[in-house]
Amino acid sequence: MDKFETFTGVAAPMPLVNIDTDMIIPKEFLKTIKRTGLGVHAFDEMRYDRQGNEIPDFVLNQPAYRNASVLVAGDNFGCGSSREHAPWALADFGIKVVVSTSFADIFFNNCFKNGMLPIVLPQEQVDILMKDAEKGENARQTVDLEAQTITTSDGEVIPFEVDAFRKHCLLNGLDDIGLTMEKVSSIEAFEKQSAAARPWV
Amino acid sequence: MSPKTLYDKIWDAHVADVADDGTSLLYIDRHLVHEVTSPQAFEGLRLTGRTVRAPDKTIAVPDHNVPTTLDRANPATMTEESRIQVEALDKNAKDFGIHYYPVNDVRQGIVHIVGPEQGWTLPGMTVVCGDSHTATHGAFGALAHGIGTSEVEHVLATQTLIQKKSKNMKVEITGKLKPGVTAKDITLAVIGETGTAGGTGYVIEYCGEAIRDLSMEGRMTVCNMAIEGGARAGLIAPDEKTFDYVRGRPHAPKGAQWEQAMEWWKTLYSDDDAHWDKVVTLKGEEIAPVVTWGTSPEDVLPISAVVPAPESFKGGKVEAARRALDYMGLTPGQKLTDIQIDTVFIGSCTNGRIEDLRAAAAILKGKKVKDGMRAMVVPGSGLVRAQAEEEGIADIFKEAGFEWRMAGCSMCLAMNPDQLSEGERCASTSNRNFEGRQGYKGRTHLVSPAMAAAAAITGHLTDVRELMTDAEAVA
Repeated sequence: MDKFETFTGVAAPMPLVNIDTDMIIPKEFLKTIKRTGLGVHAFDEMRYDRQGNEIPDFVLNQPAYRNASVLVAGDNFGCGSSREHAPWALADFGIKVVVSTSFADIFFNNCFKNGMLPIVLPQEQVDILMKDAEKGENARQTVDLEAQTITTSDGEVIPFEVDAFRKHCLLNGLDDIGLTMEKVSSIEAFEKQSAAARPWV
Repeated sequence: MSPKTLYDKIWDAHVADVADDGTSLLYIDRHLVHEVTSPQAFEGLRLTGRTVRAPDKTIAVPDHNVPTTLDRANPATMTEESRIQVEALDKNAKDFGIHYYPVNDVRQGIVHIVGPEQGWTLPGMTVVCGDSHTATHGAFGALAHGIGTSEVEHVLATQTLIQKKSKNMKVEITGKLKPGVTAKDITLAVIGETGTAGGTGYVIEYCGEAIRDLSMEGRMTVCNMAIEGGARAGLIAPDEKTFDYVRGRPHAPKGAQWEQAMEWWKTLYSDDDAHWDKVVTLKGEEIAPVVTWGTSPEDVLPISAVVPAPESFKGGKVEAARRALDYMGLTPGQKLTDIQIDTVFIGSCTNGRIEDLRAAAAILKGKKVKDGMRAMVVPGSGLVRAQAEEEGIADIFKEAGFEWRMAGCSMCLAMNPDQLSEGERCASTSNRNFEGRQGYKGRTHLVSPAMAAAAAITGHLTDVRELMTDAEAVA
């Protein structure tokens, strides 16, 4: 996994609440057996008509936001299906950070596994970032994970919280499985004890 | 010892390692696998030369893509992409030596129906699957939740998950349900109360008399939709009903091991003075048969209500409701019972079990699907299908004009050919009414099996109590 580095990028506003993973990547694109190439289908049904033409109103089709790397979204982003194809599609599109007042649990976890950072902030702060994002391509926000800050295009610095372990993994591009493999003796010990206590498992 | 919730007890029994900040390695007792969210995980194992750590605890079944038509043994009934995905699971199951129920096995079905049916799901276990509706297994007092594909790979390789503990939430349903009100109505009513983000950060334990009164099938319906309320998992403490359901299943413990298991299982309940971070209480007798009107499972109202006005909501929900009404083609003030239905779908991991089919058949007996409507039943597994045929339920459906299908996820997420067309409106026993969920621009109203049957007869959303005989209504 690539290391998460400080970046400045265009932020796109998506104020709709309850954006679900079916919206982010519709079912017909789940038939792939690969992780790559889904960016072109991100938000497919909102983004294209049935003939495959872009719907001009959709935020990521607007010239200002075509290269967005931050999404500022409404409450409960990523709800519904566990499909990791949702963060795969967003990452492949170029999104590195999603900001919202809340995220669905599985989507939130899936982001970190793919080098993406979901940021939870109170409504007031999300409103500031949303307003900033609505300015268009000048709305370039800076995300500094090390310092745990997101800075608006006007220079307003907003601090955010992130789990220390997850931050460490993102900053260093660490692979979870590799980390867990280092604890294999704990797993073996647990299996031994569990086989005695709960042999039916 | 400090008092514990059921979740605390199961969690504590599965922590293999814990870091200073509370990040834990949680040991996984059962890993269920289906064809859509696993190919990339198996590919990851191959690329890194890793193996499946506990193949005997790993169970796979294809369900999302598989056709439900009677001719599905013919590979031509699947699109090439679907076929590749199912064949990849065939190969992965074989190569890695995991338990497998292929499409032509009578035990094949929706993974969350097959697991309990075969006795893989047992009280006190940790159960995961690359599927959000893994919450279903919580009905057994098992800690069960959905994971992403990276986590599927992590569990395959290490039999553990990196987790932080969630908070404890109690959802109590007191008293008795009225006739015509079912587990589906309970679980939708709870989401209507808490919202789809109300459970975020929590594991829910459902309790109270109305939950105790439910069968295991009903309890699975309730827990299945915990994820729709945003919770990591839903749990119900095991009791005699649970033990009776589990006893004798192919993979349930036998003999001395059964006795040993029972000894532990009987300790799996929340202590009286356990700490709850959040408590929600609903009165069972106040829950009515409900339907959804919008494009989020929180858009729930009693069948007697009218379509709400977007302005009646607050914040971002105003715009979301406006968008939902536009998508659903509904007008504020319209009576829910005036909404005409094109299609009825009975099935899914929410409502594809034998009791669900019995409930729908009880309403349909001797009646016909309204002219011009499409109606289909997709049993949750081959064994549910066989049982329904034996009980004569299949005949009731067929005589009423329902299509009697093979087992699979089907129109719940429409990855196979079972889809709604643009503008087609469906009364569905599934779990999600999202935009496009059952087909591009398809319109979904979530209902119980009995309510779905009622809509099939009348052609519009209907209060099932109006179709019940006087005897049933007082039962």
